[in-house]
Amino acid sequence: MAPATKSTEIRDVSCPFCGLVCDDLVVTASADRLAVRANGCRISEAAFARPAGDAQPQVNGKATTLDLAAKEAARLLRGAHQPLFAGLGSDVAGARAAGRLAERCGGVLDHMNSAAALRNLFVLQDRGWMTTTMSEVRNRADLLVVAGTDIVSRFPRFFERCVANSETLFGKDRRCEVICLGPALPSGTKLSGPAPRVVACDVSRLHEALGVIRALLAGRPLQAKEAAGIPLAVWKEVTEKMRAARYGVLAWTVADFDFPHAELTVHALCDLIKDLNQTTRFSGFPLGGSEGDLTADAVGLWQTGFGSRTSMGRGFPEYDPYHLSTRGLLQRGEADVLFWIASFDPTRTPPTTTIPTIVLGAAGMALEKTPAVFIPVGTPGVDHAGHLFRTDRVVAIPLRQLQRSSLPSVADAIGAIEAAW
Amino acid sequence: MLLKLKGGTIYDPAHRVNGKVGDLWARDGRIVAGPAPGERVDQEYDLTGRVVMAGAVDMHTHIGGGKLNIARAMLPEDHRRDPVFRTAITRASCGHAAPGTLAAGYRYATMGYTACFEPAILPVNARQAHLEMGDTPMVDKGGYAMLGSDDFLLRLLAAGEPQARINDYVAWTLRATRCLGIKVVNPGGISAFKFNQRKLDLDEKHSYYPVTPRDVVRTLTRALDELGVPHPLHVHGCNLGVPGNADTTLATMGATDGHRIHLTHIQFHSYGTEGDRHFSSGAARVAEAIRSNPNVSCDVGQVMFGRTVTASGDTMAQYRNAPFGHPKKYVSMDIECDAGCGVVPFRYSDKNFVNALQWAVGLEIFLLVDDPWRVLLTTDHPNGAPFTSYPELIRLLMDRTFRNERLAQINADARALTTLGSIEREYSLFEIAILTRAGPARILGLSDHGHLGAGAVADVVVYRDDPDRQKMFTAPEYVFKDGELVARNGEVVKVTWGRYHAVSPSYDKGIERRLKEYFDRYMTMRMENFPISDDEMHAFGQGVTLVSHACRT
Repeated sequence: MAPATKSTEIRDVSCPFCGLVCDDLVVTASADRLAVRANGCRISEAAFARPAGDAQPQVNGKATTLDLAAKEAARLLRGAHQPLFAGLGSDVAGARAAGRLAERCGGVLDHMNSAAALRNLFVLQDRGWMTTTMSEVRNRADLLVVAGTDIVSRFPRFFERCVANSETLFGKDRRCEVICLGPALPSGTKLSGPAPRVVACDVSRLHEALGVIRALLAGRPLQAKEAAGIPLAVWKEVTEKMRAARYGVLAWTVADFDFPHAELTVHALCDLIKDLNQTTRFSGFPLGGSEGDLTADAVGLWQTGFGSRTSMGRGFPEYDPYHLSTRGLLQRGEADVLFWIASFDPTRTPPTTTIPTIVLGAAGMALEKTPAVFIPVGTPGVDHAGHLFRTDRVVAIPLRQLQRSSLPSVADAIGAIEAAW
Repeated sequence: MLLKLKGGTIYDPAHRVNGKVGDLWARDGRIVAGPAPGERVDQEYDLTGRVVMAGAVDMHTHIGGGKLNIARAMLPEDHRRDPVFRTAITRASCGHAAPGTLAAGYRYATMGYTACFEPAILPVNARQAHLEMGDTPMVDKGGYAMLGSDDFLLRLLAAGEPQARINDYVAWTLRATRCLGIKVVNPGGISAFKFNQRKLDLDEKHSYYPVTPRDVVRTLTRALDELGVPHPLHVHGCNLGVPGNADTTLATMGATDGHRIHLTHIQFHSYGTEGDRHFSSGAARVAEAIRSNPNVSCDVGQVMFGRTVTASGDTMAQYRNAPFGHPKKYVSMDIECDAGCGVVPFRYSDKNFVNALQWAVGLEIFLLVDDPWRVLLTTDHPNGAPFTSYPELIRLLMDRTFRNERLAQINADARALTTLGSIEREYSLFEIAILTRAGPARILGLSDHGHLGAGAVADVVVYRDDPDRQKMFTAPEYVFKDGELVARNGEVVKVTWGRYHAVSPSYDKGIERRLKEYFDRYMTMRMENFPISDDEMHAFGQGVTLVSHACRT
């Protein structure tokens, strides 16, 4: 008979593994293993069950102490002309620490998801937008238009938490209609209304349809017979649904807009939403926040005015979204040390490069190439407490220490590097 | 540590000290009456000929929280015009309209401000606000939690729940969000906008809840008085920016059943409908009403000319005003059945009729209200102008010649509609010390701020007595925070992190059962995770102290 293992149940646990940051999980902890017992999803169940992994820091592949690894990292950074702080998958405390260290050594900051996130940011900077948040969607949305994404591949519980509820603040018989522009939802997706209407258009041509809808709303005559490969009559129907909604929501996942100039599609979505608000209420719901991308951006923005792709090289923050990409800097040989942070997902490994690389990685990270310094770090919300911004950018959810391991946090590891300076 | 500040000319209105030459003493960060017998002076500054005041207190400045970070994200062009370089002791950041938290702290300190309060903290966004304030160096900080458009309160009001239940909810909110006061913004109106209502007057019913803004104001002003919260309800009223809203403002003063009320950025709520353009100054009527209602205080929310950004919880007003923005971009956001926010960049031009009149209306209010304890100096940073324009504003108040020179340059139609040119009053240094120190500290209930009596925090500002008051107030010679020299001649010389200020009135825990049911049924966050813990505040502020102020019971 196997010895009885003591397991404790922890309620109201926050999950840091996607941008929804659900905070209602029930997790059981036994020895060094965690398991999601309730309110889990495909992503959280796998991620919480991951073992903590090897806690041993390494310098050039050789096991060492945290202090010695930190000392070597400090030596490399002190000698660097333009270190690149990339990945940046961490919590608020990690983002604060990374910004401080990057400033100290004149580095560049760029989150691993920035190429996608910038498609939204460009629109925010050029035009602004009208958006809403999860509880508003849950209680008010009577029409949800999902553009170019199935949402659930990246955010598994979105429909369960924001759409499937039949009771809202305003009644017990909610029917939220869903229209999918592009991919359909996986079968079995829980909803509170009729089966979704799927308009299977080509997402990279979605902007054509958005132009048509805006023209229809404005009452302009149209020559086109189709848009994005779909007959005009269908877009007329979609337009009327949108116009008739009392609180419509248009959701998109910018990471799924992976085609050239996708920011122009976001731009068109946001302009359409503004048009709709001339007569009714309609809001955007941009989905993101995974790997701490919105958190890293938020901290950079409040401290320095800029998020990803900002250089501290000249002693003040310089934002250049075109020049300062991780890929571009590495390809052009403009960075001489890569400092990679990925504390949530051990598969988010650094890009391959010949320059010295310092990795603060989730324990268990398997690296193709031995980095100069590897410091295994804990995951916020599993190994230590922290805070993470949710997809709607307003709610900073507290993350708990679940005592899986005593791995250092990103902030601790950076603190050790600063102490070794 | 004993500090002696010798021979300065002291302005300390809380103790009726008006330009008296004397010494100040501080031991271990607090003002003391004098040295103990035989005590050695550790540091001494000769302040002969210098003007000495307590550290200034900005009681309404949007320095932290979601809407400012949206403004920062929207305005790379603003940051690029005002880069803030790293120094040996200070960090890199950006300035102007939506400055980084780091720059905001440094700049406030070099202007002699030692405490700043974020006035619009959405309860669900309180963590972010405290995180941002935790990254704001130099100054003490705190904030006011926004209620009045949250569905929980509107449901309590709609159900006719007793006042005691409302009070419990207000107290729970203050504790959960670690705030110093409660603010209401367009009472009920942010919620009404979610139901596609585009205006909501004081006595107009919300289209879903059978509740009027008057009900919200009356209930919340009463709640704060009954809970003994030192700062009265902080009110951004209905109809912001709407011609004729002076009527609404006067009616709002009468909506409190005599309870205390603080009307914030009252300039934006003091307009008439006279003249060819049906837009005129209502300042005289509003000033008269403030005079005759001793339960009313206000801050002005002065408009100053130039570029800025407006960031407000009032989505209804921001959406309405978005077409007047510059450059043409805006954000509007509905937030968590809690409130909302709207961000619209603005450029106030002295040649624009409306902007010029707004500028004049603010100055008229300053100059026509005869009780400086109840009219506080703000620009509603950054909504009327960035806080860095305070020195120019002080000069406008203190120097009639300068004021009339500026008046001569504004839009002629606006000039014809303002009485500003005929107002002779010039503020004295004593009155400026009330407006910027003693007044806000008293209205916030910060008993050890805003004055220089024994027991006060040793936040002391030393100015050269320059007849150019703008120059004088831009860069004081010395700024002491908690008895330490932190800024000198416009430069930060030591980085400190201030304290948080909050209140925590007691309440019947039964309200948490109601809240839990509400969160479980409707919200996307657990009630258990909503209140901010002591450990979190410690982490947000990187170890700074949280001062919990007493409520009158």
